[in-house]
Amino acid sequence: MIGEIDPTIINLTVFVLAVFVGYHVVWNVTPALHTPLMSVTNAISGIILVGAMLAAGPAETDWGVWLGAVAVTLAAVNVFGGFLVTQRMLEMFRKKDKKGS
Amino acid sequence: MSANLVALAYLIASVFFILALKGLSSPVAARRGNLFGMVGMAIAVVTTLTVTKNWALIVGCIALGGAIGAVVARRVQMTAMPELVAFMHSLVGLAAVFIAIAAVNNPASFGLPVQLAMGSKLELFLGTFIGAMTWSGSVIAFLKLSGRMSGAPITFGGQHMVNLVLAIVMVGFGLWFFFSETTNWTAFATMTAIAFVLGFLIIIPIGGADMPVVISMLNSYSGWAAAGIGFSLGNPMLIIAGSLVGSSGAILSYIMCKAMNRPFLSVILGGFGGETGTAAASDGTQKTYRSGSAEDASFMMGNADSVIIVPGYGLAVARAQHSVKELAEKLHEKGVNVRFAIHPVAGRMPGHMNVLLAEAEIPYEQVLEMDEINSDFSNTDVVLVLGANDVVNPAANVPGSPIYGMPILDAHKARTVMVVKRSMAAGYAGLDNDLFYMDKTMMVFGDAKKVVEDMVKAL
Repeated sequence: MIGEIDPTIINLTVFVLAVFVGYHVVWNVTPALHTPLMSVTNAISGIILVGAMLAAGPAETDWGVWLGAVAVTLAAVNVFGGFLVTQRMLEMFRKKDKKGS
Repeated sequence: MSANLVALAYLIASVFFILALKGLSSPVAARRGNLFGMVGMAIAVVTTLTVTKNWALIVGCIALGGAIGAVVARRVQMTAMPELVAFMHSLVGLAAVFIAIAAVNNPASFGLPVQLAMGSKLELFLGTFIGAMTWSGSVIAFLKLSGRMSGAPITFGGQHMVNLVLAIVMVGFGLWFFFSETTNWTAFATMTAIAFVLGFLIIIPIGGADMPVVISMLNSYSGWAAAGIGFSLGNPMLIIAGSLVGSSGAILSYIMCKAMNRPFLSVILGGFGGETGTAAASDGTQKTYRSGSAEDASFMMGNADSVIIVPGYGLAVARAQHSVKELAEKLHEKGVNVRFAIHPVAGRMPGHMNVLLAEAEIPYEQVLEMDEINSDFSNTDVVLVLGANDVVNPAANVPGSPIYGMPILDAHKARTVMVVKRSMAAGYAGLDNDLFYMDKTMMVFGDAKKVVEDMVKAL
């Protein structure tokens, strides 16, 4: 490699590849499950929780920490709400013969 | 944990997120996929805890938010899913804004240099304005979907010009923030405020009928907001997860636009579709239609070999899903082949109708998508249209019609068509539907639930 690479370029590489992966994975999702797809992506975008935890995490407490704490709460609603409502919906998609169980 | 171990754990979590989406290719695999998603999230959160302090505060906030999320997830009605999804988009947007503000305030807590680099500033600018627009746009979408605000488009003169000017001013303040030597709070705060206002202004002119597109678009934005924060923090996991969500929302928007045959740009510019269509466009001639009772309809269905039911959102509004399931079961017992045909925009969000039918315990192998079932209509004895209108309007095949080119369910090709409707009023598109005036069509007037219950009784 020639010299040092700007971290933004590495991030951009990850970004472009991830968009490609997302594109191909999502086109394979069956249309019947588009609503669960949206709710599970709600949960996954709750990954912003990680950023919120860092904001709430420094040892010296100032107002930024409290802002981070609020963000942690908001993101946690998404994570738990998103995964649980997806699970609830997916439980409803049953085949005929399994209906009684 | 060392930075390398943290990065590896984040990589594992990212792979789990991809598997979570991949699982949705079938209902069985989807349940496992959802578990993968939860595992990935757990790995991400536990790993992050090892590098932060204030554990009590963080865990307490997660517990609080988690409890709220769990209660909401358990209580929400399936008809209210679009509102819930819009609500959750707004949370991601707001969280992104808060994180960006915290990062500008104390870059060191994110491992960034105290004097922010140009690149970081640009990324924070992007994360903030996408987050702010996602928040305010989603709030409007939530209010419109939950009926707290009229679904009618709100338009005013020079609207697009106002939006454009605001956008330029916002970018201007972004540049000021970008080129300031020290942290320029004035520029940052003004830019954020304008982004909030823009979010409101962009969504208010979009009508209720276009909500499936809006909600998919905001889904996409919420992903890009998360990815933007990932860029700011140099965190590849956030970038990957955000991009997955962003591309998912973009694809859903595309699918919805295609199903309505509306160019994406025209949806975004708004002004189309009110609460309900007004008077039907009439060409002056009085057209005649045939109407019958629920009993007549069930007699015909009971003697048919094959029946296709076309449900629309009117079915869900009338809460008739469970009665429809009984009807389908009764017909099935009589040896009738009953199937459901779902148009992509049958509900108020992508895949909504499938969930509503699944909730009524209708087995999913009887529920078919437009592409799967459209060629079967011509061999079908009876089509029962319940609370749907534009999606079965054959005018879509007539050049010059306002909905020309929109893909429809070919209900008009069946031997007999039965339409359950409250009245002869037009649908969202405000168009008259020739299907209702065909010789082989019988209209059954009344509330969908009441009519279907009467049909079940008569069988």
